[in-house]
Amino acid sequence: MALNPRTPSGPIEKRWDNAKFEMKLVNPANKRKYNVLVVGSGLAGGSAAATLAELGYNVKCFCFQDSPRRAHSIAAQGGINAAKNYQNDGDSIYRLFYDTVKGGDFRARESNVYRLAQISVNIIDQAVAQGVPFAREYGGTLANRSFGGAQVSRTFYARGQTGQQLLLGAYQALERQIDAGRVKMFPRTEMLDLIVIDGKARGIITRNLVSGQIDIHMADAVLLATGGYGNVFYLSTNAKGSNVTAGWRAYKRGAFFGNPCFTQIHPTCIPVSGDYQSKLTLMSESLRNDGRIWVPKKQGDTRPPQQIPEAERDYYLERIYPSFGNLVPRDVASRAAKRMCDEGQGVGNTGLGVYLDFGASIERLGQQAISERYGNLFEMYERITGESPYKTPMRIFPAVHYTMGGLWVDYHLMSTIPGLFVLGEANFSDHGANRLGASALMQGLADGYFVIPYTLGNYLASNPLDKVAGDHPSAQAAKEEVEARVRTLLSIKGRRTVDSFHRELGKLMWDHCGMARNKTALDGAAEKIRALKGEFWQNVNVLGESSDLNQSLEKAGRVADFLELGELMCIDAADRNESCGGHFREEYQTLEGEAMRDDANFSYAAAWEYTGEGKPAALHKEPLTFEYVKPSQRSYK
Amino acid sequence: MRLTLHIWRQKSPTDKGRMVPYTLDSVSGHMSFLEMLDVLNEQLIGKGEEPVAFDHDCREGICGSCGFVINGVAHGPRRGTTVCQLHMREFEDNAELYLEPWRAAAFPVIKDLVVNRSAFDRIIASGGYISVPTGSAPDGNAIPVPKQDSDMAMAAATCIGCGACVAACPNASASLFTSAKISHLGLLPQGQPERHSRAVRMVAQAKDEGFGNCTNIGECEAVCPKGIQIENIARMNRDFIAGAAAYREAQAEAGAG
Repeated sequence: MALNPRTPSGPIEKRWDNAKFEMKLVNPANKRKYNVLVVGSGLAGGSAAATLAELGYNVKCFCFQDSPRRAHSIAAQGGINAAKNYQNDGDSIYRLFYDTVKGGDFRARESNVYRLAQISVNIIDQAVAQGVPFAREYGGTLANRSFGGAQVSRTFYARGQTGQQLLLGAYQALERQIDAGRVKMFPRTEMLDLIVIDGKARGIITRNLVSGQIDIHMADAVLLATGGYGNVFYLSTNAKGSNVTAGWRAYKRGAFFGNPCFTQIHPTCIPVSGDYQSKLTLMSESLRNDGRIWVPKKQGDTRPPQQIPEAERDYYLERIYPSFGNLVPRDVASRAAKRMCDEGQGVGNTGLGVYLDFGASIERLGQQAISERYGNLFEMYERITGESPYKTPMRIFPAVHYTMGGLWVDYHLMSTIPGLFVLGEANFSDHGANRLGASALMQGLADGYFVIPYTLGNYLASNPLDKVAGDHPSAQAAKEEVEARVRTLLSIKGRRTVDSFHRELGKLMWDHCGMARNKTALDGAAEKIRALKGEFWQNVNVLGESSDLNQSLEKAGRVADFLELGELMCIDAADRNESCGGHFREEYQTLEGEAMRDDANFSYAAAWEYTGEGKPAALHKEPLTFEYVKPSQRSYK
Repeated sequence: MRLTLHIWRQKSPTDKGRMVPYTLDSVSGHMSFLEMLDVLNEQLIGKGEEPVAFDHDCREGICGSCGFVINGVAHGPRRGTTVCQLHMREFEDNAELYLEPWRAAAFPVIKDLVVNRSAFDRIIASGGYISVPTGSAPDGNAIPVPKQDSDMAMAAATCIGCGACVAACPNASASLFTSAKISHLGLLPQGQPERHSRAVRMVAQAKDEGFGNCTNIGECEAVCPKGIQIENIARMNRDFIAGAAAYREAQAEAGAG
């Protein structure tokens, strides 16, 4: 099967307008006749469900949390980019587009990225109108900051809680539609399979997490907005419940998985403190605007940071990358921290940490100004570590944060299964091999508010669908498979807990498919993960029943899918014989240790097709062409 | 350190429920409270006992999923902190801790420490929004908002909807939660057109859900992990009174076009 990305042609600034004009529309009176399922209620899912309901579609929305307001988008701290150029500092749609393509290390689709940059301005307008309390200047206008390697100030923010405020905006819009009866919300409900009939996505199988009931929901289209799969590493900044199950089930039903190995390791997280560690906490990278990163010049220097004089500190980002300094993109900053720690200059008990120091900024701006900018982050750090960043530098270390990979989608956000659309982090589309700071919120909301309303309408208007009901054999078969899987998980009664498998998988992934990868280690890890999967299905111990709230059972299903995904990630990483963005292959680096891309051979998106249990996934390639931003070696020096 | 935990175990909404004692050794001060419960649960599974169910997700204090009562205090002893951010260094060695779910008629227990808080969603659905369909917004800077108003709105908007305020209130009132949203939106120019209808509808919905009234006790503010202040309740009352006098549900009138 040839991949058709359906990217429009013509001048890039006209492509989205032209595409929209060419799209078919659904008559307003007919919209209510269409049933749409939205899985996930974060920025992408919540905004899509609300917007589609406003348009008149019949929407059902599902989330595994107890309320749509708890989706993990809520934890995004730093901000959201938009090419408003309110600061008159040289920003433009073209510059945001340019920065994003370059930041993604030339592994994203130009057309998608341009559209994202165009839509960014509408998102801010929409959010402000909803009452999102963005930071403001004294004159009442919106404030901006520079963020994550950008040389213009285009990031809008609401303290360190931008994700929360944007999500609540989308959530409130969604609740308004729920109240109006146009969205039926299913909280504490997990999607466990996709129903495909005549090659088209026609419904899902869900499990009610409280009653255990397995249900069939039929529809004309299915939207997955189920977030990223960083929890395959066990320790990540993702919420504990974030999982790949919906996407993985769709993959096994025929949706291709795009660039699974593209993982973002965020440079500024609180280091691991012990074996009991259940998750990692991000410290917004906005902190890098005013914090300086350093390690002691001397290896194994155990003096407290305050006692290390300036001359004996290595501000290594400022030294290696003088023009971007502490604001280099995430992948670059993370790898530099790893290198310092590998060379024995790491700090803290484990030696896996570097300092993020606010001393100079507090001296320059005063504690009040720093507290206004980062107060809540400093408090969070202090609660977790028992140390105050006002007095002693923060210790930080990279952690898995975001996955650029996801289900492959075309320009219309449609997967390789017609009628199955994938939005937000769950798809692979816009960030290439590395996402820039403050771009995730932008993409989630762009997809939900401003892309899917057009592309979904076009799909429904151009594809007449037969009526199907829940008694269709494909739906019944999918339901029976789900029920059988639940029964199996409960019947194994082995000796190991779900978490112990998850931790072991996570360690394999972090050690071999993390910040630095090589072919031998990846092959070995894939082999070990296959064996671990084998053991899981023999030896996992899931107590309790399926007929009530059973959190171990929920986790077991998710970990079973992570085990399969982990293997595919290693295969994808081993297959991509180059370094790009967050994917760093030790065999492919410059003399200075920077990532070395191979545009001649790897300028493509990898889309993996499931070919059956125990059979190797088949690789399809979507060639990437760059007409506007010519690939170059990224340099932040 | 070593702990004795008395945890509310309740199999289902209809089960009677009871406190069950557990002891746990080698607890590290660097563990979060939920990581400590993870350790307990791993041990329980090892012994063939069902683990303790508790809601949690982000473990960063922002999603609002987690929360239970520790020794009579919602979210435990540290102010401004959810249980996921509470660390064991806050407790003494050999401490004896009593863990209970939120207690409120409007928050029925689902299992162990997990309660159903969907009443909060219905309060928001009744009016906790600004009606602005996607696409109909003016330019972001077309609506200047004084920084002070914006900051006050933000302070109210940081509510995470965890429900601690209800659990702490002797009346099981949802006033702090409801007023935080009414304040957030009512303080902004964008929120003015629906300010009165919003207050009237949301207050009525909270009552219908079975939450009690506010009698100015202030326990809610004391336990709120986000520092939401009770001045929001005063603002809610003001908007409610003004709304009750001025606002009427719209009557359907035909004739457009």
